[in-house]
Amino acid sequence: MSEWIAACAVDDIDPEDVIPFRHDGVDYAVYRSPQGEFFATAGHCTHERMPLCDGLVMDNTIECPKHNGRFDYTTGKAAGAPVLVDLRTFPVKIEDGTVHIGIG
Amino acid sequence: MGTVPGMVVVGGGECGARAAFALREAGWNGPLTLVGAEAVPPYERPPLSKSMMTGPHASAPATICDAEMLRNGGIDFIAGTTATDIDRDNHEVVLAHGRRIAYRRLLVATGATARPLPIPGAAADGVRYLRSHSDALALRDRLRPGARIGVIGGGFIGLELAASATLRGCAVTVVELAPRLMSRGTTPQIAAVVAARHERAGVDVRCGTGVARLERRDGATLLGLTTGETLLCDTVVAGIGAVPETALAHKAGLAVDNGVRVDTRLTTSDPDVFAAGDCCSWPHPLYGGRRIRLESWRNARDQGGAAARNMLGADEPFATVPWFWSDQYDLTLHIAGLPDAATTEVVRRRHDGVEIRFGLGPDGRLLTASAIGTESAAARDIRLAELLIARRATPHPTTLADPTVSLKALLRQEPH
Ligand SMILES: Cc1cc2nc3c(=O)[nH]c(=O)nc-3n(C[C@H](O)[C@H](O)[C@H](O)COP(=O)(O)OP(=O)(O)OC[C@H]3O[C@@H](n4cnc5c(N)ncnc54)[C@H](O)[C@@H]3O)c2cc1C
Ligand code: FES
Repeated sequence: MSEWIAACAVDDIDPEDVIPFRHDGVDYAVYRSPQGEFFATAGHCTHERMPLCDGLVMDNTIECPKHNGRFDYTTGKAAGAPVLVDLRTFPVKIEDGTVHIGIG
Repeated sequence: MGTVPGMVVVGGGECGARAAFALREAGWNGPLTLVGAEAVPPYERPPLSKSMMTGPHASAPATICDAEMLRNGGIDFIAGTTATDIDRDNHEVVLAHGRRIAYRRLLVATGATARPLPIPGAAADGVRYLRSHSDALALRDRLRPGARIGVIGGGFIGLELAASATLRGCAVTVVELAPRLMSRGTTPQIAAVVAARHERAGVDVRCGTGVARLERRDGATLLGLTTGETLLCDTVVAGIGAVPETALAHKAGLAVDNGVRVDTRLTTSDPDVFAAGDCCSWPHPLYGGRRIRLESWRNARDQGGAAARNMLGADEPFATVPWFWSDQYDLTLHIAGLPDAATTEVVRRRHDGVEIRFGLGPDGRLLTASAIGTESAAARDIRLAELLIARRATPHPTTLADPTVSLKALLRQEPH
């Protein structure tokens, strides 16, 4: 069902970090957890749409750069005020050292 | 009134609203009342000088919580009503209409008001201020293309307004008494970047210049400057700081000291009355117990949350690192910690051109960090610096200056 899009190379993201990815005018945030797993979410915070790629990854959370709203990037769950709406997540698969995200 | 005394919050701003919700989050099930002098539900003030001014249309306030959220939270919100007295002997708050609300614990979150221009006749001469949504609406209307706008005060609010007015096509002059912009709160280098950005946008920035007199002339206002020059303005806005709103606390006999005086638990001189946000001053544990008062959005939120938990007995000291941001044009300025506490500056020049300015104390402790960049470019490093400051880190200046060593790596080396 999903359309798989190559987002970046595995090595483009440091462990416990996030990078931006744009496809078809849509922004995504692609994460690498401290354990080395990859995840993808919508690129903007659900509060005031700040780009999450400028935020801080700590363990499984991404903290928004503007008002420090926090999400669990592995599930998209919003941690509470100021962020009340969960973040959309996308499936991820790794093939030949490339991170692919499933959209649509 | 026959009801059991509950938790009462006076002041429906950022801090009061957050506190009300935090009381519920922390498990308070009893009566909960939020009293606000403004007629509208709690709203965000930061957009007032930014998107509210530059947006294509006059807009409603950016609400923090609407009527439904307040209802769902079981918060009895009494809008458009000033609390006039605290009857501490009877544990009751007295409202303007004479109604009394019994409290078990009370939070004073009355915020601040714009500092009035200390020039005789300034009010009569049409000087405007920017603190509330209604101030913003009135001002917005006057930012027509070509309008001559005089901004008195080169602090954050004045400069944000100058940027917004310029983006709306106004001819803006900023008059600042100090030798540089934002002298309270930023380093000279960052102030210089901001000044250059304003000048590039066409703003006439005049530092070291005060306003000696004001005069109405043909529907405009003539500013007589301390340099002897005069300036004719269609609209004059004063952004010369804010004064804490302490009238209620003062009348109730609570200690006031550059704001309602509270301890590290945000308790006033009365153990059942707390204060938080722009209205209070407290001894900051990270800065040797120095008594400070902040006018900062995040501080208001965080203190509201901490005060709520302490009202329920958490006994939590408030030691959150001060943090502030300001948006002007495409630039965002971030400041963590207290810039004036530092004695040594260390600069990290990142490969993307962003400079992070750290300030260390005489003992080598990191006390502050600030940066300016486009949008949120500097946000993450400032956030990491904030975490380092909170842990009382003493990073080596050479490492701190080295952009190849990530601040996160430095943080990992710190004991918790
Ligand atoms: C134009 C503008 C731009 C800003 N931009 C930024 C920014 O970019 N970054 C940043 O960090 N901070 C910014 N701030 C500061 C930030 O908005 C404040 O720090 C924050 O609003 C403080 O919250 P507070 O709840 O303590 O006070 P307030 O927001 O002032 O709220 C206090 C409320 O209490 C009410 N009140 C007072 N007395 C009584 C009484 N006796 N009875 C009932 N109600 C009462 C007042 O009417 C008011 O509604 C800005 C402020 C302004 C005005
Ligand atoms: S924009 Fe993300 S928390 Fe506000």
